[in-house]
Amino acid sequence: MTGQPNGIDATIAELTASLQPVRKLAPPWIGVALWLAAVIVLAAVLYAILGGELDGLVERPWVLPSLIGSAAAAALAAVSAFLLSRPDRADAWMLLPLPAVLLWVVSLVAGCIAGAGDPETWGTTGAEVRACLTIIIGASVPLSALAIVMIRRARPERFARVALLAGLASAAAASTVLILVNPHNSTVLDVAVHTACVAAVVTASALVGGRFLRSA
Amino acid sequence: MIAAQGGDQVAYRALLSAAVPVVRRVARAIGVPPASVDDVVQETLLSMHRLLHTYDPARPFAPWLNAIARRRSIDMLRAQGRRSTREVHAPIAYEAHAEEEDRYVAVEMKGDAERLRPAINALPEGQREAVKLLGLDGYTLAESAELSGKTKTALKVSFHRAIKSLRARLEGSG
Repeated sequence: MTGQPNGIDATIAELTASLQPVRKLAPPWIGVALWLAAVIVLAAVLYAILGGELDGLVERPWVLPSLIGSAAAAALAAVSAFLLSRPDRADAWMLLPLPAVLLWVVSLVAGCIAGAGDPETWGTTGAEVRACLTIIIGASVPLSALAIVMIRRARPERFARVALLAGLASAAAASTVLILVNPHNSTVLDVAVHTACVAAVVTASALVGGRFLRSA
Repeated sequence: MIAAQGGDQVAYRALLSAAVPVVRRVARAIGVPPASVDDVVQETLLSMHRLLHTYDPARPFAPWLNAIARRRSIDMLRAQGRRSTREVHAPIAYEAHAEEEDRYVAVEMKGDAERLRPAINALPEGQREAVKLLGLDGYTLAESAELSGKTKTALKVSFHRAIKSLRARLEGSG
């Protein structure tokens, strides 16, 4: 025995007796790389189906920063989610995607202001707003589910935060796809719908994904 | 730790034993009351077992252990905080409790007990004992462990299994 109180000694004995060799988790960067590969495949498929105008990225001054911001937010939020799923990584990793999220939001709003009166501004009709909603929800739900399934084996202790970050990564990736497909400045209505969709995806991921991770 | 991950029981026992004083130190530093420190130790050992596969041998072990111990300590403090806000000072609770209501509750409890008795009797011996001590007689986990001669962990596991069986059985019977 180890000289601990009886209960602790008994627990150590029980845990020791039930020990089985474990399959170690792959490093977090492998999970991030695989998830980003899935994002690239999905973006390529949607771009091939829906088409896009890459010229618009350089012609309109706020579109490219918005694309860079959303793509960086997706990658950094994914890094943050996979790292925070490990017990020994600092909570401060949660702040990693913040600068990219700021760039994404600021350039979306700036593009909205700069594009006021531009006839090519996106989101002036109901159909365009619905397209924005469909792409963001349609792309981010499977991406968020994939990230959470990949992370689940880590049995994250900070399950709600990890699920929230997975939702943010997915919504930002979906926004990147949307900008690639429609590289236009947005109307106030479109920015509002865009923001509401991202908020809905992040909240749903934190609630549903968090519960799924908690039960791991 | 690497040997433990490979299934080496001797190394694992040594690791868990060496972790105990570290966990105690973390729990005390966070402000866990002395009476609850051993509970935090038990919970941390269980978490270590559950999360064994998450340790990355390329990284130092101490931050991994400290992080788990810190979270179990915070869980304990939160649970105690919740309990203390729910608990009502006994005389106040007694005065606030209407006699009429007591009679209804007593009738209802008798009905529940009659409904539960066959289901409890059908449980395996270990689970029945856990339900009796923790659920019916109202002993604490520590007292129940002392009375039954079993560990707190074993009692907790038996109790949770019993509740699951009872729930399934009672839901099945409508």
